[in-house]
Order: sequence, then structure tokens, then C-alpha cells
Amino acid sequence: MDLGILVTVLDSALRLSIPLLAACLAGLWSERSGVVDIGLEGKMLVAAFASAAGAYVFGSAWTGLLVGIAASVVIGLVHGFASISQRGNQIVSGVAINMLAAGLTAIVGNAWYGQGGRTPPLEGDQRFGGVLFGHSALVYVVLLAVPVTWFVLGHTRFGLRLRAVGENPAAVDTAGISVTGLRYTAVIIAGVLCGLAGAYLSVGQAAGFLPNMTAGRGFIALAALIFAKWRAWPALGACFLFGLLDASANQLQGLSLPGIGEVPVQAIQALPYLMTVILLAGVIGKAIPPRAAGVPYVKER
Amino acid sequence: MSPAIELIAINKSFGAVHANKDVNLSVERGTIHGIVGENGAGKSTLMSILYGFYEADSGEIRVNGNPIAIRSPNDAIRAGIGMVHQHFMLVEPLSVVDNVMLGAEGGAMLRAGEAKVRAELARLARDYGLEIDVDATVGDLSVGLQQRVEILKALYRGADILILDEPTAVLTPPEADALFGLLRSLKEQGKTVILITHKLREIMAITDRVSVMRRGEMVATLKTASTSPPELAELMVGRRVLLRVEKAEKVPGAPLLEVENLSVVDARGVLRVANASFTVRAGEIVGIAGVAGNGQSELLEAIAGMRRPSLGSIRLEGKTIHSSEHNPHRMRELGLLHVPEDRLRMGLVPAFPAFESAILGFSHEPHLGRGPILDHDRLIADLAKKMEQYDVRPPAPRLKSSKFSGGNQQKIVLAREIERNPKVLLVGQPTRGVDIGAIEFIHRRLIALRDAGVAILLVSVELDEIMNLSDRILTMCGGKITGERKAAETNEQDLGLLMAGVTDEAA
Repeated sequence: MDLGILVTVLDSALRLSIPLLAACLAGLWSERSGVVDIGLEGKMLVAAFASAAGAYVFGSAWTGLLVGIAASVVIGLVHGFASISQRGNQIVSGVAINMLAAGLTAIVGNAWYGQGGRTPPLEGDQRFGGVLFGHSALVYVVLLAVPVTWFVLGHTRFGLRLRAVGENPAAVDTAGISVTGLRYTAVIIAGVLCGLAGAYLSVGQAAGFLPNMTAGRGFIALAALIFAKWRAWPALGACFLFGLLDASANQLQGLSLPGIGEVPVQAIQALPYLMTVILLAGVIGKAIPPRAAGVPYVKER
Repeated sequence: MSPAIELIAINKSFGAVHANKDVNLSVERGTIHGIVGENGAGKSTLMSILYGFYEADSGEIRVNGNPIAIRSPNDAIRAGIGMVHQHFMLVEPLSVVDNVMLGAEGGAMLRAGEAKVRAELARLARDYGLEIDVDATVGDLSVGLQQRVEILKALYRGADILILDEPTAVLTPPEADALFGLLRSLKEQGKTVILITHKLREIMAITDRVSVMRRGEMVATLKTASTSPPELAELMVGRRVLLRVEKAEKVPGAPLLEVENLSVVDARGVLRVANASFTVRAGEIVGIAGVAGNGQSELLEAIAGMRRPSLGSIRLEGKTIHSSEHNPHRMRELGLLHVPEDRLRMGLVPAFPAFESAILGFSHEPHLGRGPILDHDRLIADLAKKMEQYDVRPPAPRLKSSKFSGGNQQKIVLAREIERNPKVLLVGQPTRGVDIGAIEFIHRRLIALRDAGVAILLVSVELDEIMNLSDRILTMCGGKITGERKAAETNEQDLGLLMAGVTDEAA
């Protein structure tokens, strides 16, 4: 075990944690406003597909990113319409979005490109290349979103109102502020961040879209969100930790430990889930979600 | 000088319910104006319209003589109207400063607004004695202080007209007195106060004028000095009512319920009832007075067998209840029946038809059907009879439980429990959300049961009710029984001190 391996592991942990972080922050914005977002996975997947297709058609990774963000925001607005305007069940809406995204991306991909749901491989300007320390611009954009989220939530008027609406929308309503407006804004921000996450997967990390390429990252991001107790800096820590576990799983493949034998990779990969379960059981500390999360706002009579 | 507020021919309907019918109201500047009415009379709807929470279907609002449109709370705030809601509109995890600032931040960045809020709160603390720890988390404050935050919010926004909706429901008598003192000083500074309440005592104590609402209509506006509680009650209900139930002196019989050193620890490990001991005798009503949340609910639930006491024992008719028998089902079989505090959560199932709610907990009784099959026709006929006896309106056994008014739901629960011939009856908040007419009926029933020799333990946050019905009064504060008085030998101030935790030993 030398320094070289350590650097490699940390570097790959960062790469692996970026999509988690973007999705986690998306969930943070949405849930702090009181809208539970179990559809992070679906939005990421749609964004990954749309970005790859956009990058291929327009020959530009950045245009691809915009297409991905747009697609993700549209899906986010569907969720918003169902859960804010129609006061539907937010979990049901989120699950529906995940199922829709998985099916739709594969079918449309296959119809357009006939490659089993994949998009054609991207090359050159169609992909995000490294700009600093071998990482693409997207990595820095997502990292920057952490302090921005922290600052906006904690130190601006919009942030105060957003935090308030996730805790007690009636208080916001009686203060003369639109609950609906705030929540839609939050849902759109979540859409943009999921767009970044998806684009990073298909246009940054990989060279094209693969069916179901998000592989549960949206759910890991939700776990990280709980782990971070719905706060921005801890979200960075939680996502990096999960990224690190993932990276070490790759590194530990085939490694033998004395007394245990070969470490099953699955054991390491299961760790994020295991840690979340332990956390939820209340061992590590109490994770209290925003009080109004998941509850549609109805004016009382 | 034109009135501070004029409402002219306000109408508002929710579906088929006509909540406000051609309501007119004029509130003079610099006065305290009371609005009374039974639950559902339309007081809160009217104030919500004035505050822009709802929009009226028709009618006009004038503030200081100028007609204005109030379409949202923002419009109301701009017109100088502030409201303290019955259920506080506070964000508990946020600080006092953040709560006051919310909606009036004064710029996209919080820093500048925050400095202004701090300065302004310091000034309000000086001018009105409204002191508060501005950095405290609102959820950690006492209810009285949370209400203060609500008032500060309104004053910070420059409210000239302050609406308070049932402000004393959650306060101890000393806290309520402090609030009234504040309202008087606001009035002296030229502010206008509108006080919504159903407590006639408060109306008489503090208002200059009073308006009475009944079934969505404004039936009268009177000078407080020239009216009386009986007159107001009659206007509210539309017929004569007895505010005090007559009850004869009675020598209580044998002890039926004996509670000894009872302690209750809740799920979070907090001690809710500490070492409570008392006796309730046959033909006696023992009232437990206290501000909501001081352990009364837990005490009732522990006696009824819904909660396991951590320590202590209960004797029923002299026999100690073994912990294996101490469950609601067995307690009922033994003759201890329970009218729970929260009828919608514990008393009945809102989605069930009334005839099903009317047998909850007793569905196993053999006379209700054959074997496991319930005889619906019989249940309906039974309830129809009871509905007549208890004057439940409408007398419709098949109607969903949730469709009845609070008073009628309570009568259904009461009928169910009383019909089982209790030896001991536990009664929690029997008249919460119940209209005056039904209150009178329920009170008379309870007195009749007492006269028939039932031992009644009554828990209520309405001090008037406790003083009216009880033979003996216990006070609770912070889970402890802080005092015991004969009803005839005490008064509100005395009980208020005990409820605030000032015990006899300390005094």
C-alpha cells in the first residue's frame, strides 16, 4: 500500500462521489422545501440519456448538458405538478417517475439508435474532458454547488423562506409568501442538479448512455441526504464517504485478509446501505427530516 | 373619525356551507373589540377574510374609511392588520429573529434585515415589556413565549390592528392576565385589538364592545359595559341557557377509585406523571385542573389502562388492579368507563357510520348480534333510540361519524359509555369544541350520573367547567398534583397559582 494507490483511490472516490453529490443536493433542495423526492434516480437517468443524445446530435458536451438539464427539469415539474398543485402522494409520484424513466430511456434509445438502448459512443468535443487535475468542469461545478447551497439556504431571504416552507408552510402562507412558488422553485433547482448528475454520468464519466446506467445512485444519494441530516457540507462528506467505499471496493477486489480470506466486493458495496440502516435505527444520531416533507399544503378551514 | 375596520355585507361559502351571511362589522379605532360565537359560528372565517387568508365571495372591507381589496395576507399586512392565530404560525426549528423576519426580510440578503429586527425587538421590549431571548429556538420556548413571538411578528410588520384568535386557550391564568395587560397597553398607544374568544369572562374583563355571531350571521354588537354574560350566551345560542349547572350538596359514598403513587414515563423517557395519589368516591366529581400538557392526559390514559404506569397502584372498589388486568378492555368490564379527550382520535372512527362508532370497544357483547355476526338493524335501532334520549342532531345512525358536529359526536361517545352503567367514569375534555347548547346538556348528564352514585374523574383545561362541575378540585403542573381544594372554597386566582406550580408549601 503506497502513496500512489492512496491517490488513485481518493481520485476515483471523488469521481464516484460527484453524481451522488449532485443528486444529494437536488434532494436537499427539494426536501428542505417540503417536497419528498424519491425520483432522483429517474431524473438522473433521463438527464443522462438526454445529455448523451444531445451531445451526439449537436456535437457539444455543453449543449448536451443543457438538453439533459432541460429534460430533468421537465420531469421535476411533472413531480411538482402532481405533488404541489394536485397535492398527490409524493412517494407514488416519485416511484412512477423512476419506472417511467427506466422504461422510456431504454425504449426511446432503442428506437432512435437501434443499439439496445445505448446512445452511439461519444468522442472529442462530445465529451467533457479534464480541465484541472484531470477532472472535468462538471466536477468543479458540482463541488461549487455545496458552498452555494449552504450560503443561499443560510444567509439569503430566499433560503430562509425555503427552510420555513419545509417546516411549516402555513407560517409562510400567513406571512404573505407563496408556498406554491417556493416549492416549484425548489423542484426546478432539484431538476437542474439532477441534470448535472445525469450528464456527468453519460457525457463526463462514460462515453455515452447505457440503459439503467444510474444503477441506484439516486437512492444512495437519498441515503446520503439522511446521513447528512439535510445539510449541505455534511452532504459533501456523506457523498465522499460513499464514493470512497465504492472506490475501495474496486481496489479491494481479489484482496485477501488474514483470517477472513477474500473480501467479497458485494460486502463493501453494501456498506452505504448498511450504514444508512444503522443510522436510521438511531445509533449514530437522530436524523429529523424537515417537518412538512411529504405533506401537501392545504389551507385549513 | 372613521372606524379602523368596517366589514360590509361579507358573504363566504365553502361548498354548501354558508359560513358568513351578509356580515357587517364596525370596529372603532383604539378599542378592544370582542367577537364571540359558538364553534362554527363563522368568527374564524370572518377574521381569515379580513387577514386575506380567504377571499370573500362578496362584500366590502374598509380600513380607516378607505375601501380596499385584501386578496392575500400581504395586502392585509400592508393595510396594517396583524393576526395572532390560534395555532401559532411559527417555524419551530428557527430562531426568534428568523421567525420575526420571515416575510419581512428587507432585502435579498439576511444580514441587514437581521440587524434591523434585533434593534426593533429591543425597542418593542422596552416599550411594551415584551422581553424575549431573540436567539432562542422557537420550538424550545414555552407556549406563552411563543405567543409573544407571534405578537412581536405582527408589531414588527407595523400592525395597527391586531386580531387575536382564542389567545388564552393555551395559557395559564397568570399568563392570560399578562396578555390582557399587554392588550390594554397596546390600546393606550392607539392600536386597535380584535379578540375572538368563546370565554365570556374574558369578553367582560377586557373588551370595550362585543359582537356576537351565530350560524354565520352577526346578530348583535353591544357595549360591553351594558351587557352581561347571560345576555351574550343567549344571543350566541339563540335561546336561554343556564351557564351554571345547579347541583345539590351531596355526601360522597365509598371510595370507588383509589390511585396511589402513580407515575408515568412516556416513550421518550420523560416523566409525565409524578407520584400522583388521590381518591374518587361514589357520587362525587373530582376535577383535575391544569394547563394543557401538564400530565393530565397521561394520567387519564394510565388509569384507563391505555398506558402502563411505571410505578404505583390503582384500586377499583377497594380491589387492587393487577397489571395483567390493567388494560382498557378489562377495566371496562370492571366498570371503569372512559370518555377520552380526543374524540376524533380515540372516541370514535370518523370514517365509520355512527352506529359502528357507537359500539367501539363493545362489539364483542353478545346482545349485539349472533356469534361473530353483528346485527346491523339492531345496532341502528339501538342508536336511534339513544340519539333521541341524548338529543343528537341529526338523529341519523347511518350518517358518517365525521359528519356530526363536535357536540353531537361527543354525545354519541357519552351515550356509549354511560349506557354501560359505569361505576367509575373518566371524562377528558368533555366540551372541547362543543357548542354551548350541547355543553349544557353534557354537564347536566354528568351531574345526573354523580347524583346516581357514579364516581367521576373529570379532566378539563376549561377552568370554568372544572369549577362548575367538581365537588373537589386537584391541580396539576409538570406532572405533579400541586394542590387540592373543595370547589366551594376556592377561586380562580387560587387555582391559577396552583396550576402555575406555586404549591401550598411554597406559599
